[in-house]
This record gives sequence, C-alpha cells and structure tokens, in this order.
Amino acid sequence: MTNYKLSYSQTDLDLTQTLNKPKRWYYVAVTLLGLGVAWGAGSWLYQILTGIGVSGKNNPVGWYLYITTFVFWVGIAHSGTLISAILFLFRVKWRSSVYRSAEAVTVFGLATAGLFPLLHMGRVWVFYWTLPYPQMGGLFPNFRSPLVWDVFAITTYLTVSSIFFLTGMVPDVAIIRDKAKGWRKKLYGFLAQGWQGTDNQWRHYTAAYVFLAALATPLVISVHSIVSWDFAMSIVPGWHSTIFAPYFVAGAIHSGLAMVILILIPMRNAFNLHPYITDHHLESLAKFLLFTATVVGFAYLIELFIAWYSHNQWEQAIFLYRAFGDYWFAFWALFVCNLLVPQLFWIKRFRRSIPFLVFVSVAVTIGMWFERFTIIVTSLAHEYIPFAWGLPTLTWSEMGIVVGSFCWFFFLFLLFAKTLPVVSMWEVKEQLDPPMAGKK
Amino acid sequence: MPKWAMVIDLDKCTGCGACSVACKMENNIPIVDPEEARNGRAMVWMDMMTTVEGDYPNTHVKRVPKPCFHCDDPPCTLVCPVGATYRNPEGLVAQIYHRCIGCRYCMAACPFTAKSFNWYDPKWIEGASDVGNPDVSRRMVGVVEKCSFCSHRLQKVKENADIEDRQIRDGEYVPACLESCPADAIVFGDIENRDSDVSRLSRSYRVYRYGEDLGVKPKVYYLARRTGS
Repeated sequence: MTNYKLSYSQTDLDLTQTLNKPKRWYYVAVTLLGLGVAWGAGSWLYQILTGIGVSGKNNPVGWYLYITTFVFWVGIAHSGTLISAILFLFRVKWRSSVYRSAEAVTVFGLATAGLFPLLHMGRVWVFYWTLPYPQMGGLFPNFRSPLVWDVFAITTYLTVSSIFFLTGMVPDVAIIRDKAKGWRKKLYGFLAQGWQGTDNQWRHYTAAYVFLAALATPLVISVHSIVSWDFAMSIVPGWHSTIFAPYFVAGAIHSGLAMVILILIPMRNAFNLHPYITDHHLESLAKFLLFTATVVGFAYLIELFIAWYSHNQWEQAIFLYRAFGDYWFAFWALFVCNLLVPQLFWIKRFRRSIPFLVFVSVAVTIGMWFERFTIIVTSLAHEYIPFAWGLPTLTWSEMGIVVGSFCWFFFLFLLFAKTLPVVSMWEVKEQLDPPMAGKK
Repeated sequence: MPKWAMVIDLDKCTGCGACSVACKMENNIPIVDPEEARNGRAMVWMDMMTTVEGDYPNTHVKRVPKPCFHCDDPPCTLVCPVGATYRNPEGLVAQIYHRCIGCRYCMAACPFTAKSFNWYDPKWIEGASDVGNPDVSRRMVGVVEKCSFCSHRLQKVKENADIEDRQIRDGEYVPACLESCPADAIVFGDIENRDSDVSRLSRSYRVYRYGEDLGVKPKVYYLARRTGS
C-alpha cells in the first residue's frame, strides 16, 4: 500500500475506527477467553479451599508450573518498555506505530505475572506479610530474601509501566473524548486529564514523556535481573550462577518480542492497520529477535561451558541431567526454538514473510516457556541428596491455572483493543508532513 | 551460649527406623495418604535415606537417618521472605509455623530436602488426634515444617536448670530420636563444650558431613562405617 496517502485527518480516522462496534468474532473470542479465565479462577478457588496439594508439586519440586509461568509472563512484559522507553530515548523511528501495543503487552503481562506468586503460596490469605507495613509486633519482611526484592521489583514495574502507558495515551484519548458521548465521554475525559493540545501542554508533555522514559529504562534491566536472583541467590545446582541476571534479561526481551509480533500480526489484519504497521515494522522486530536469540544462545552455551570448565561436580551433574534426564525434551526444545529457529531471520525473505514470522514467534514463545521450566524443575528434581530426587505430577487444576493465565492475558488485550487506541496517533503524526505543508 | 549438634554413628545404626517413628509421635507430624506419600509428599522430620546397591542376590541396603542438619550458615533462612525460618543464637534453625506464607522458597533452597510441606489440611491417626504431644504446636495447611531438634524439650530443661541455678548438663537435653535409638547410634549435645560427647565424637577421624563443599556448615555429623561398605 505504498500509494496510501497518510495525513493527520486520515490517521485520526483510521486509528479511531478500531473502536467501532465490534464484529461477531470479537464477542466469540471474548466469550471463549472468558471461559478459559473462569476455568483458571475455578481451579484457584478449588486450590484455596482444598490446599495447594491439588497442584502437581511435591517435596523436591516445590516450585513448578506456577513459578515457570510467572517468570515467563514477567519476561513477556519486558519488550514493551524496551520498545517504548529505550527505543524512544534512542530516537528509533519504527517504534512509534508498535509501541502502544507493546506497552499493553507489558502492562497485561505484569497483571498476569503478578497473580502467580499469589497462586503459588500455600496460604495466599496472608500474602500481605511480604509487604513492609507498620505492625504492632514490629514484624517486617526479611529484606535479604530475593522474594521480597521481587515484590518491590514487580510492583514498581507495574506502577511505572502503567503510568507510562496511560501518559503516552493522553493526546490520543483526547481525540476520542471529543467524539464520544455519554459514559464514554466521562471515561475518556478522565483518561485525557483535561488535554486541550495547547502549545504549553505539549511543551510540558514532551518533557514529562522523556523523563518517564528515562525512569522506565533501568527497570527493563533491573526487574528481570531481580527475578533471576530468586534462583541465583540460592545454592541449588544450576541456579547458583552469576550469569543469571543478563541471561534472564536477554531471554525476557526475546520472549517479549515474540509475543509482540504474535499480537501485532492478527491485530493489523483485524483492524486494517497495514499502512501503519508495515512489513518494515515487523522486519525490524524480527531483526531484534534475531539479536536477542544470539544473546540467549550465547548464554546457553556459556552455561554449558562453565559447567564443564568449573570442575564443579554438582553443576556438571545437573547439566547432564538436563540434557539426558527426564526432561531432555524441554532442554532440547529450548535450544531448537530459541536459538536455531530464529536463525531463519538472517534471510530477508523469511523476515518479511508473515507465516514465517508467526512460526518463529510461536517457536520462541514455547521455547522460552520451556527454558524456565528446564531451569526450575530439573534443578529442584535433582538436588544434592540423590535419595530425595523426585518428579512432580501434572494435575488438571494446575493446568487450568496456567491455561487460564494465557486466556486472561489475551482477554485483557482484547478489551484494550476495543476501548483504547492500539496505535499511537500523535507519534505517527509526528512523522507525517503537517497539514498545508509546502503550500503558501 | 551452647551450640546444639548431633552425631549419628552409622557403624552402630541398624537402620531400624525407630528414630523416624519416635520423631513422628513426639512432634505431632501429620499422617499422609499412601498415594500422596508415593508422590513425594510424605511428612517426616527424621528421614531414612534408603538405597539398595548391587544386583540381586548380592544386594546391600544402606540406611542413613537424615534429620534437619541445622546448618550454622543455613541457606534456607536467608531466602524466607517473612523471616519465618531463622537461626537462633543457640544454633537451632527454627521454623515459625504461624508466620509461614507457604512460598516453599526455603524448601527449594535447602540442599538436603530436609523440610516438609502441609499440602492439605493435616490429618492424624484416627482416634489419636486428641492424644498428641501437648508441648508441640500443630501445623496447619500451607506451611513448611521441619525437625526442630525437639526444641520444646530444651525449654523444659532450661527451666529446670534455671531453677537450680546451674548450666545444662551434657545429655540432659536430648531429642526424641536419640531416646528411641536401640543402638545408641545418636549422640546429642553442646558442641561448644569440648568435654561433651558430641564435641569429642565430632573430632573423630570417621567424621563426615553432607554438603561440606557448599559452605553451609551442617551441625549433624556422621561417623562413617568401619567395615567399609
């Protein structure tokens, strides 16, 4: 669609038509996802009432699918801020039409991930004990525990990314507010925060946006580093490693980019956004994915090398177990899906082919889930005392919660797609000629 | 300040499992259904590590009792988000059940898988639910528990010693597993007191500890068998 002439008014029109009354498929999808969420919620209720024994965990493997999926979703949440904040500071142009969706992936990814520590607790009704609050007995959380750092990291990230998300939307929401009626006008009016688009407002707004971007940038690095320290700070073989923080951050961005591609492709078809999200945008994301695949692959190989080079018998044993033990398929799946399959993107034809983009992104999403699974489950299943080795089982309620979390994420995203603009109008317009340009 | 430690003489140990049973009764440890136990959810504080070596008929069964090692530098206490497990000044690694949120981080961090978890509402033997040991509080669903070196016995011993205004005598404070051991394979006491049996035995040439290369300094010492295998 090279001859499609983009203008300010055309952009407003194209990017607000996404909010029109949805078609039937939308209601069907929302209902199906809602049922998935209900399955997960029912499983959780059952687990709370019966005890966490209804999940498949046992004594050596006390951390299982919940923590795996928790780390997975925190990882998914990482590309959003990377695209919106870091690429903004570097003035990367192609980010402008994809960053809104990527930020939504961040916020909803965190909203999903944040549930898992609660799901995982044996006594969820006392979850607030992990927060520092004044209490008569003087009880306080243990600040040496990486789990407490996690609480701070995740809540900070959720707060900052939500503020960044909503702030970035203010001028766009103002456009919608001007057209809306009834309760919608009130909702968008609140979100637009009295935006009139005056010069003074723009001056403050752009300054604030840079500050927020700078504030969010370190979080991209810090949050997943802290999540990785949940593992690296304990002396479990295969966890206790200094490489974990950069390794997890790279993996997080890797899976996050794959999820953004997976979300953008159907969205652009559904809303006819081809002039805004072009093949060039997807190709840029694919190049980025190739880069993170190389970083992640490097980390995998270094881990194996260090296990051999360190002469640490525990470390060597756990890597042999990962490769040839009970979960060999997960170990090899992560090598194939995360490292080898993305190598297709060296070839331009594959980077610009929608079926291949989808294929690689699905592979990376699966591979990154299995990466966390391998790290968490194999290490716990084979700790230091061979007598205590054991394997967990798979139960319906645990699967329901994991599947329900995926439904919950896409459910939130579908609601977002019909209530808020999925592509930033004001940033797209910044790259267009102003109206009357070149005319006297 | 005393520092409590245990020595288990594997040359004397017959592997009868009396220590496990005594511990279970002493500490009101819940009973777990057999199929749950097969799934790795058995609740024991004094475990019996059992391995069978060799091929039939030349098999050799090894049994090693494994309580919590009460590490001097415990990896489990560092990671607890709410401080529900901590090392007290006398070297006991304690667990506060009512503070536990059930995240199982300590279980993951323990190199020796010494902790148990209440996966369901705990159950006791039919009819025995009202005759448990009144000195030990019962645990509830969703909390981690583990060997306490029978610290409730230490409370009584301390009270007596305080009344009589003296130090605790060697062998005065002993856990239930030691009392029940028919072979006297378990020795318990203050390792800081060089005259105690525990201190003497911990300096034996036969001594080894699990995870000595991990730097966690377990306070349960094993005396290796003299016979080799």
